[in-house]
Amino acid sequence: MNEINPSLSLTESSKRPLNTLQNIGLLIGFSGIAIITFSLFSLYQNYSEILLYSSLGAISLGVILYTIGTYIGKTPGIKNDYNWLSGLTNRGTTAWIAGIFITTFYVLLYWYPQLLGLGVNGQSNSGLIGFFDPLSQLLKGPEKFASEWFVYGTLYTLAILVFGIKFIAKYKHNRYQVIRTISVMFFQLGFAFIIPAILEAMSLPYNDFKNVWPLNYYFFDTWNINGYLNAGNIGLFMLIFGVAMILLVTPILTYFFGKRWYCSWVCGCGGLAETAGDPFRHLSDKSVKAWKIERWSIHLVLVLAFIMTIAVIYNYRAQEVRYLVTTESFLIGFTILMLSLAGITFYNRDKWINKHNRIAFIIGACLLGLVFLCIGLSYFTFGSNDLFFIQTYKIQQFYGFFIGAAFSGVVGVGFYPIMGSRVWCRFGCPMAGLLGLQQKFFSRFRITTNGSQCISCGNCSTYCEMGIDVRAYAEKGQDIVRASCVGCGICSAVCPRGVLKLENGPMIDQRASEKRAFFIAEDEIKML
Amino acid sequence: MRIVIIGNGISGITAAKTLRQLSDHEIIVISDESELFFSRTALMYVFMGHMRVQDIVPHPKSFYEQHNIKLHFGRVNTVQFEHKQVEFNDNHTLAYDKLIIATGSKPTMYGWPGSHLDGVHNLYHLQDLENIERHAETCKHAVIVGGGLIGIELAEMLHSRAIQVTMLVRESGYWNNVLPAEESEILNKHISEQGIDLQLQTELKEIWGDKEKVKMILTSNGAKINTQLVGITTGVQPNISFLDFTSIEKNRGLLTNSFLETSIPDVYAIGDCAELRNPTKGRKAVEPVWYTGRMMGELVAHNILGAQKAYDPGIWFNSAKFFDIEYQVYGFVPNQEMPGIKHIFWKHPSKNKSIRLVYEEKTGTILGFNLLGIRYRQEVCEKWIAEETSIETVLQNLSLANFDPEFFKSYEKHLVHIYNEQSGAKLKLQSNGRLSQVLTFLKHS
Repeated sequence: MNEINPSLSLTESSKRPLNTLQNIGLLIGFSGIAIITFSLFSLYQNYSEILLYSSLGAISLGVILYTIGTYIGKTPGIKNDYNWLSGLTNRGTTAWIAGIFITTFYVLLYWYPQLLGLGVNGQSNSGLIGFFDPLSQLLKGPEKFASEWFVYGTLYTLAILVFGIKFIAKYKHNRYQVIRTISVMFFQLGFAFIIPAILEAMSLPYNDFKNVWPLNYYFFDTWNINGYLNAGNIGLFMLIFGVAMILLVTPILTYFFGKRWYCSWVCGCGGLAETAGDPFRHLSDKSVKAWKIERWSIHLVLVLAFIMTIAVIYNYRAQEVRYLVTTESFLIGFTILMLSLAGITFYNRDKWINKHNRIAFIIGACLLGLVFLCIGLSYFTFGSNDLFFIQTYKIQQFYGFFIGAAFSGVVGVGFYPIMGSRVWCRFGCPMAGLLGLQQKFFSRFRITTNGSQCISCGNCSTYCEMGIDVRAYAEKGQDIVRASCVGCGICSAVCPRGVLKLENGPMIDQRASEKRAFFIAEDEIKML
Repeated sequence: MRIVIIGNGISGITAAKTLRQLSDHEIIVISDESELFFSRTALMYVFMGHMRVQDIVPHPKSFYEQHNIKLHFGRVNTVQFEHKQVEFNDNHTLAYDKLIIATGSKPTMYGWPGSHLDGVHNLYHLQDLENIERHAETCKHAVIVGGGLIGIELAEMLHSRAIQVTMLVRESGYWNNVLPAEESEILNKHISEQGIDLQLQTELKEIWGDKEKVKMILTSNGAKINTQLVGITTGVQPNISFLDFTSIEKNRGLLTNSFLETSIPDVYAIGDCAELRNPTKGRKAVEPVWYTGRMMGELVAHNILGAQKAYDPGIWFNSAKFFDIEYQVYGFVPNQEMPGIKHIFWKHPSKNKSIRLVYEEKTGTILGFNLLGIRYRQEVCEKWIAEETSIETVLQNLSLANFDPEFFKSYEKHLVHIYNEQSGAKLKLQSNGRLSQVLTFLKHS
């Protein structure tokens, strides 16, 4: 054999064998999905309410039965058999069907909700969205009909809960995984689903307390800020809480625990990726090329989020001066902020650039330049809503369409079965980008390796949903400090030789040990 | 200078990488198994669908191009030592200035009748995986011969495809020629609870076939077992038969001095195929282990470039995984009672976890750690053993060694308790095992 044959012609010949319980689970689960799908045609009439709860129940029961069928009676351990041998998890036909189904649903939801039955111009809901009215009314009050976001939120939360149970069953022997999964289930159910519903029932502004700027890109939008300011003390609390999350909670927790406290313990996007997305985690691209693209794209989105936010805040200030700053203090404040950022970057230039961190430096410089440009221009266009000669709402619109909807939703979730579960978190999320920069330079978190025990098997790299080539570090006995690592802990779990451990310790420049093996560098890239 | 390396396993590739890191010499690596180095220990995961073949390949082809390590795909016929050239089976030759032989092992076959039949497999080469794959499709029942690390891997592989597996093990407990009885017993139970038919003190006698295909085997107990696949995993031996008619000195493996030099000038042997003339105390002359192969690969590179360092494998360590039970060992852990050697053994009442500490009775010096289902830090254990730390110091600081993931229960206090009961001492755990404490411990001597 001259070359390693990548397929070994395995993929077509063998399929994951399913037992009776698994088949029953699939049948019940898919019948639930079918009921919801056929609600599009508004056929259910008087049985609608009972069918809604039956369908949600059927999906839950289906997944639970499937889980029992899969893991019951097996000794606790790593259960990754057949992942590359069955169509759903090796980009086979089933995967493409699933991907297209989810993507279509997302496209309809984001841009054509009326096709799903959203009532426009005062009409009542019909179809799929009307199907969810009873649940919305039950949770929020008789006058609160479902919206496309309510449907989305309900299915999203349900997915995290039922697949969270499946994940816990799969990793029952690993307390880190169990506790972490309970955490994401709790935050999704409580913070993203129940609290917002209660707020709406009380006619308070919608608020997902765990959704932090810049992931929550509309936090500084005029309508959002005004919503807070018009909602009395509770609104003010929400505003202060949101700002405190950005300026205090996030940096402090990231310093002590790395970005995992958010990305794989709290965040909803991460929550879905870790639960429903778990069967697809090995599909992430591990190539150096993907790593290069990742660093450009995630930091560009971060820059874009910054620019959009500046535009939005400027826009708010321009409209009405209330609680917030005046034109002068806004401009002075931003100038000082940007100058200090520039100062820090300049002060650390040797350290960072020596570590091949040119890209971060370039992005920082671009950001700075753009902001100064903005400030300069704003003096000339004083009083208008324009920024960078573009109306600010257009920047928002662009960001909302391409980043907020197309990237995080359609590509981020719809492409799970093709590109893995963390596409959005890895390539697009500005929050992950920001936390990643801190994790890389100012955090106590790292993955340590256990001496020389690595056998270069590749399980860690394969099951890294962020596409980090963990093995490249582990086989050299190096600690792993990477901006993208979300600290899911799966590399440590799948390692058959007990080599990897997620740890918080002294600052990251104090490594656990010198490299044990003195192997040569894999490639020229050693940053982020 | 042209350095030719025969074999692209962990030893050969480590040698090539280290040589490249330290020098600009021409490096040529020869293999006829696969063009790129792959992790042999991970073959099982490819079969089970955890990974694809490309996932167990640590470096892409571009890595070798980038570092100017030439890969030569071909089978070596023999080495013409007197002309300093390697001869391939297509008769072309390749001259070398320095030669590193890193041809690894081959499975040992004991000449059972029927070994030639279709359906008799080893698990060593990439090609074995393809053969097993071809047979697994129609196989209902498989017999695995041999109670070692490869045997249990093959059992797990076939079991994952819902194939009934019978394991024939010569010893009275799985791997109890290495592991103490208690650990072996945990594994016996675990293997059986997977649904594997573990037949102890049983050996293979004959393999019978039908139309050149495996049909049935006969065991040493006289039992006949219908089967379609026989996996022979009774150990490995140095793969050096291609040098049979040359003048190089060999015993089981190619004999080397402590600088890894063979009897022929400018020729070195490393990894599984090397046999040390004077192994360090307590170590074997041939050690077919991933880790020692890697160490030899690094060392030979330094020695070729003039370092003249003697091979010192350091404190013994190894690891494995038996179905769902991870195993780690550090230092000296005898498999049976020895005079003057004491053990502290703790076993979880219900889970497959155990910890064993071995120490010298007279001096109290720690000698070894044996772990099932629990991870310990190699560097911490190594340091304790190297510094001849007393068992009481080790016990009080045992948390420093724990490497289990966060939130896992720790069981170190049970070992302290057992020791207190055994000796009447009143020790308490002192360290909490935080990374900062571990780093402080490792930095200070």
